[in-house]
Amino acid sequence: MDESRPIFVQIAEQIENDIIAGGLSEESQVPSTNEFAAFYRINPATALKGVSLLVDEGILYKKRGIGMFVATGARERLQTQRRERFSTEFVRPLLDEAAKLGIGSRELADMIREEDRA
Amino acid sequence: MSAIIEVTGVTKTFGKVTAVDDASFTVEENRIYGLLGRNGAGKTTLMQLITGQDFVTSGDIRVFGQSPVENASVLQRISFIKESQKYPEDFKVKHVFRSAPWFFADWDAAFAEQLIEEFRLPLDRRIKKLSRGQLSSIGVIVGLASRAPLTFFDEPYLGLDAVARQLFYDRLLEDYAEHPRTVVLSTHLIDEVSNLLEHVLVIDRGRIIIDEDAESLRGSASTIVGTRAAVDEFVGARPVLHRDAIGGLASVTVAGLDAAGRSAAKAAGLELVPVSLQQLVIQKTNTTEQEFEASA
Repeated sequence: MDESRPIFVQIAEQIENDIIAGGLSEESQVPSTNEFAAFYRINPATALKGVSLLVDEGILYKKRGIGMFVATGARERLQTQRRERFSTEFVRPLLDEAAKLGIGSRELADMIREEDRA
Repeated sequence: MSAIIEVTGVTKTFGKVTAVDDASFTVEENRIYGLLGRNGAGKTTLMQLITGQDFVTSGDIRVFGQSPVENASVLQRISFIKESQKYPEDFKVKHVFRSAPWFFADWDAAFAEQLIEEFRLPLDRRIKKLSRGQLSSIGVIVGLASRAPLTFFDEPYLGLDAVARQLFYDRLLEDYAEHPRTVVLSTHLIDEVSNLLEHVLVIDRGRIIIDEDAESLRGSASTIVGTRAAVDEFVGARPVLHRDAIGGLASVTVAGLDAAGRSAAKAAGLELVPVSLQQLVIQKTNTTEQEFEASA
């Protein structure tokens, strides 16, 4: 857990990552908030807040008396969201740092290609 | 949610020393609270007042809606694990666990046995012969296995090694999840427990200076690092909690930076460093109110 962001947001992101990576498949049951709390060593109320965030977004849904499940279409929706954020979160900082060092966009593109080959 | 502890305008003086100074707060049911503060800040005195082991000088304390003093119906629902628990002379470890069920209605003997094994506590040894860490283990086990509706741990882990402390945190979380109850954890090892806490009370020189949700506290301060001019310009009129400078660089901790403030700082070429709960408490308890206001 990193200290700069609320823990419940990080819990939600961890679950999202697991869904995107396919570790949690659609319509499968996610661990209980108590299990999350024990695993990440956090207060159960914090874990619940993270899970609730994803319920509100329709990524998870609740089956009464059974638990939480991954909604159908959750993986695609998360991928779309992440793609939209990719530019501001990764490309922009990369370009800023490159500009600081005098690396032009063509040189940068060559570096990316090279790195990809390696 | 209902308050099971209500502290209203409580002051406790010992001669000329004011140990608790006009403290008011409530503790809600089935949450884990952190009671944090420096040594001598008044943590233990406050817990002694709440558990009816001492009398307030002025103010009012209600626990489960009643005064705790000499009140059996309140006290039997409380487990108070103290840093320096005294046991009868010649007591062996096993005697503690044999007598504990007399005091706690919800005592779970099987859980106690499991913990004794995990903490590797020698049952047949005399208490006098125990190491400091083993003595702390007894307190931790009694506090957990008693499952009291209101449990206080006052610096419960003096002498406990890192493995045993982690074991305590893990068992506390697991058991709390299964058997929700109110836990007040008093400690100065803030970083270790910060993720376990739902609510934080910070006491400094007898006064409650922070009474807030752990989550909102976490986002309540950021440290900004950069060239002195850039930092000063960014900080502007924001309330400053702490300021450090070296050469041309400055590091300033400010309160309440929202998402817009964060991106503004980044755009100004400033670095944002997260402030842990422990750092926040240190900074808040190091700074006097006057300094705080003057620097703002």
